[in-house]
Amino acid sequence: MARMKFLCDAERCIECNGCVTACKQENEVPWGVNRRRVVTINDGVIGAEKSISVACMHCSDAPCMAVCPVDCFYRTDEGVVLHDKDLCIGCGYCFYACPFGAPQFPQAGAFGLRGKMDKCTFCAGGPEKDLSREEFTKYGSNRLAQGKLPACAEMCSTKALLGGDGDVIADIYRQRVTKRGKGSEVWGWGTAYGRPDNPQARPVPGTKS
Amino acid sequence: MRPAKAALALLVVAAVAGLAGCGEREQVVVYKQGKYQGKPDAKPWSNDPSAAVYTPQKWTQGDQTSWENALKARNLTQNEYTRAE
Repeated sequence: MARMKFLCDAERCIECNGCVTACKQENEVPWGVNRRRVVTINDGVIGAEKSISVACMHCSDAPCMAVCPVDCFYRTDEGVVLHDKDLCIGCGYCFYACPFGAPQFPQAGAFGLRGKMDKCTFCAGGPEKDLSREEFTKYGSNRLAQGKLPACAEMCSTKALLGGDGDVIADIYRQRVTKRGKGSEVWGWGTAYGRPDNPQARPVPGTKS
Repeated sequence: MRPAKAALALLVVAAVAGLAGCGEREQVVVYKQGKYQGKPDAKPWSNDPSAAVYTPQKWTQGDQTSWENALKARNLTQNEYTRAE
């Protein structure tokens, strides 16, 4: 099996934040922590507005793993980057190292004290007994152990966010781009309502349009 | 004759040393999987498929390939092009 990956199709994402809500609900993520969020650029500019859903990208050579002073990260067989909350000291180095801002820190007390790091687990739980109460409390749902994919990807209404085996989602995306085109080709009447069978067709002169 | 032999030996040593540059070094961090510092982290396919919430899944417990196939089948439902055609 290839590695588990997320892929967000910026042409399809409508910034509905369904993935964020699905993640929050599935994993019972506490206040102040967003394992996933939607980022929008060129907000309001017609044709140039793009949104993308971002979370931990489960890097093959993860910088968070490299900088962690207590070495609490590990990578599973499926390429999912997980961490051990019993070891985490909440130092925040991983947050500085991560180019996606994935590591999140709940406020654990007064004066802005940082709690243990929390991040997207690709719905794969963590280093506790699979599907146990402890695992859910610390890391959230373990959907992979149930033969399911991450809730955010499965919940995405426009299927902008794809999650799963990197090879499979790359194939899906490739087919999509081949059929619909890319960039400015995606825009317009033809894409929304289907391209005409006869592009040369014109209204008959003298008839009401 | 002796300087020629020494030069040849030097050449051989240089060639062998040059070959070292062709080697590939591991570029990713240490790959820890399955178990981590005594913490249990079982493989997903080692779980009972009927333990899944709401919908029992279809794979054979302990069989990685069947789990991967089950996951791939679920993955492909994300492709609505194949559903529409």
